[in-house]
This record gives sequence, C-alpha cells and structure tokens, in this order.
Amino acid sequence: MVPLSWYMVLSVIVFAIGVFGFLSRRNVILMFMSIELMLNGVNINLIALSHYLQDLRGQILAFFVIAVAAAEAAIGLAIVIALFRNKATAHVDDVKELRG
Amino acid sequence: MIQQAFFAYFAFAITVLALVVITRKNPIHSVAWMLLLFFHIAALYLFLNAEFLAAVQVIVYAGGILVLFLFAVLLVNVREEMRISRFIGAGAAGFTFAVGLLVVVLMALRSFIAAPPGMYTIEHIQQETNAIALGKVLYTEFLYPFEITSLILLVAIIGAIVLAKKGLRG
Repeated sequence: MVPLSWYMVLSVIVFAIGVFGFLSRRNVILMFMSIELMLNGVNINLIALSHYLQDLRGQILAFFVIAVAAAEAAIGLAIVIALFRNKATAHVDDVKELRG
Repeated sequence: MIQQAFFAYFAFAITVLALVVITRKNPIHSVAWMLLLFFHIAALYLFLNAEFLAAVQVIVYAGGILVLFLFAVLLVNVREEMRISRFIGAGAAGFTFAVGLLVVVLMALRSFIAAPPGMYTIEHIQQETNAIALGKVLYTEFLYPFEITSLILLVAIIGAIVLAKKGLRG
C-alpha cells in the first residue's frame, strides 16, 4: 500500500514546477502550459485524497477543475491569438502597453 | 512492494516530464512531452481507482486541450524561439519563489491530519461501478455547481469566439 503522503508530495512537486514555469518562461503559451501543470498537480492531490478518505467528492472536484481548465485554455489561447494579431509576438516582455 | 515500485516509476516519470516540458526551447517539443505527461498522470489515476477520471484526463486533456495548444503553438515563430533565451530576466527569482513554495508546503504537509473515512469504500464502488457512483453524487449533491460549470463552458465558448474572431468590432 502506497502511503497518502507520497501522493501529496508528488502533487506539491508538480505544482511547484508549474509555478516555476509560469514565473520564468518568456513564451505566453508555455506559461499557459505551466498553469495546466499546476492544475494537474492539484488534481493528483484531490483524487489521492478521494481514494484514501473513501469519499467521492474529491473526484467530483477534480472533474470541475478539468472543466475549468478547458475553459481557461480556450479563453487564454484566444487571448494569445488576439495578442499575436496586434503585436505579432508571443513573448511576455514584448508586451509593454495596455492600449491595443 | 510492487505497488511502491509502480508508484516510484510514475512519480519519477511525472517529475522528470514536468521539468522537461517547462525547459524545452521548442514549444512543439513541449506539447509533445506534455502529451506523455498527461498519459502518465492518467495511469496514476487508474492506480487510485478513478477510472472515469483517467478516461476524462486522456480525452479532455490529451485529446482536447493539447490539440488547442498545438494549434496556438503554430503561431509562434519557432526559428526565432530557438535563437532567444527561454527564460525572462527575472527567471532566477521565479526559481527561488517556486523552491520556497515547495519547501513551505512540504513542511506544512507534516501537520496534515486525515478526516475520518467516508462511506465510499472500494467494495461499495465496485458494486455499482465508478462511473455510476460518481454520477449519483454529481447529479444530486453537486447538481447546482454542475450547472454553473456548464455556464462557465458556455461563456468560454462565446468569449473565445469574440476574442479570436477578426474584425468583430467593425
């Protein structure tokens, strides 16, 4: 039997890698992929807790997280396309003004 | 023992793949590695007796979201991407904050106390299968959040069209 704490440690590691990617990558698309990584870390934790506490609510929450991740990816990539149309760049440090 | 070995493989693979995803220069390679990462995470869900979510992980993440990412990656000029630096100037600060977060949360985990176990034991779920048990909870106790989720997806569809469509403002 694998202890619950192993899963929690794995989930924290995946989340921290996502935080690192989000804070330090230059490409907007890679930043969005880092967000997906963070959400996946949370999902691992939720499903592990659901299994070990014998409660299905963790899986339901993970289900909602996946739905919100899909919505976020659609909106975020639409913003990337709009940004690319206006600025022809996908790099965060090339975007310096709010005016489109 | 064999369970620990399986978990060790998947944990190692997930950690390494996550690191590979965020450090590749070419975004197309990142997407390809992320596909592998999502399959490993789905296998971990199977390991935790969440077969429905494992299927959803493969279908929604690997089948839907990653294709969307691949579509957006094709906008990027890969040749220029290979030439310039991957990380922003403050990348070291990001690394410091991520490691700090990791250490703080790992220390906080030591004081975690599990709640008393609920009613959904393995035998109970086996009797009515994972998908049926999940559906019963989702459509009774979580019906209202479920409707809100459908609304979020509707807003996302409309928002994506409005943002990405050319010349909507006339």
